[in-house]
Amino acid sequence: MATTPLTLRELSKKEVLLTAGHRMCSGCGAPPVVKMVLLASEYPVVAANATGCLEVCTCISEYTAWKIPWIHSAFENAAATIAGVETMYRSLKKQGKIDKEIKFIAFGGDGGTYDIGFQSLSGAMERGHDMLYICYDNGAYMNTGIQRSSATPFGADTTTCPAGSVVPGKLQKRKDITKIMAAHGIPYAAQASPSHWQDLMKKVKKALEIKGPKFMNIIAPCNRGWRSATDDAILLSRLAVETCYFPLYEVENGATKITVTPREKKPLVDFLKPQGRFKHMFAPENEWMLKQAQEDVDKEWEKLQREAKASEVS
Amino acid sequence: MKLKGWKEVTPGAVVTKAGSAEEFKTGSWRSFRPVWLEENCIQCMFCWIFCPDMAIEAKNGKRGVFKYDYCKGCGICALECPGKKGKKAIVMEEEGK
Repeated sequence: MATTPLTLRELSKKEVLLTAGHRMCSGCGAPPVVKMVLLASEYPVVAANATGCLEVCTCISEYTAWKIPWIHSAFENAAATIAGVETMYRSLKKQGKIDKEIKFIAFGGDGGTYDIGFQSLSGAMERGHDMLYICYDNGAYMNTGIQRSSATPFGADTTTCPAGSVVPGKLQKRKDITKIMAAHGIPYAAQASPSHWQDLMKKVKKALEIKGPKFMNIIAPCNRGWRSATDDAILLSRLAVETCYFPLYEVENGATKITVTPREKKPLVDFLKPQGRFKHMFAPENEWMLKQAQEDVDKEWEKLQREAKASEVS
Repeated sequence: MKLKGWKEVTPGAVVTKAGSAEEFKTGSWRSFRPVWLEENCIQCMFCWIFCPDMAIEAKNGKRGVFKYDYCKGCGICALECPGKKGKKAIVMEEEGK
C-alpha cells in the first residue's frame, strides 16, 4: 500500500473525510483531531461514535459531515458497536464475501470514554477486537453544558462542581485513562495532541498497522468549557504538552516511550492562566490549589519518565 | 437557507448523501473574518491542518483561498500563522467594517 508522507503538502492532496458545514462551535479542538486521524489512515475506515459533541454536531438531521461509513447507537457503547462491526467483517472475510482491508475506529469524548462508555470499552479491549479507540479529551461533558467528568482536572470550575467560597471547584484528580487502558495488556495505547500533528498522525498510522485493540487519548480543547478564547485551541493543547500536564507518550506491548519531551518544562500556570475555569485558583486563599496541581503534574511526569527509562533498559 | 418541510424529508430522516453537511453554510456564525495576505505566506499549511471547519482550500499541495461560506471566524489560523519575517499572513478583521 502506498503511504502518504507525513508532510502537510502531501497530506493536503488527500480528501478530508470530515466535511465543512458541521455544527461544532467556532474554534473547537475536536474537528482537527478527527481530520488528522482520518488523514493518517491509508485504509478505508468504518467509524462508530459515542454520543457527545462530535456525534451531535456532525450528524444533525438530514446532514452528515462524514464521508465514511459512520454509526452512532448510544452514549455507552461506541466500543461495543465497532467491536460488533469488526466481528461481522471478520466473519464475512472468512466466508470470502469481502477481501478489502478495512480499519475500524471508534470516537468518543471523555464522558463516553472515561465514564459512561468505560465498561464497553474495557470489554472490547479485553476481547481483543482489531480496532482503534480514539478518545478526544476535553475534560468535561461539554455538549450538555459543562458538567464534571472523571477527566475534569483538579480545581476546574464546572456547572456540577462550581467554584464557590466553600468548595473551590473539582477537588478530585483526573483519571489516568491511558494507563488504565495500557493495563489491559493491549498492544498499543498512546496520548497525542493536535498541536503536535505529526506525532499524532504517526501514532495513528502505527496503531492501524498493529493487529488487536488499540487506544489513543487525544487532548481537544473546548473554548466554551475551558472559558478561553476561540482562537487558542491549538495553543492550549501545545501548552498542555509543554507543561507536562498532558505528556505525549506511547505504551507498546508494555514498553513506555515518551515521544515528545518538552525542551523546557513550563510551569503549569502557563496552561492554567488562559483558562477561565481555573480563575479562582489564582485567588490568594486558593494558592494551595496551584501548588497541589503543580505537584501532581510533577509527580506524574517523574513517574512516566521512570517508566520510560525502565522500558529502555529491559 | 430554507429548511425542508416534513413532506420533503426522507422517511426516518435517513441521510442518503455522504458529506451532505457541505450544503449547510456556517459562515454566518462569524463575527471576525480572516484575511489572507499572500505576500507574507510561506505555504507552511498549518492553517489548513488546524482549521476546525475545513474552510481553507488546498490545491496541488498549496494553500488556496478561504471558504467564507463555512469559516466560523475562530481565529486559530491567524494565531498559528508563523508568517514571514514577523509579519502574519492571516489577520482577523471585524465583519461589517
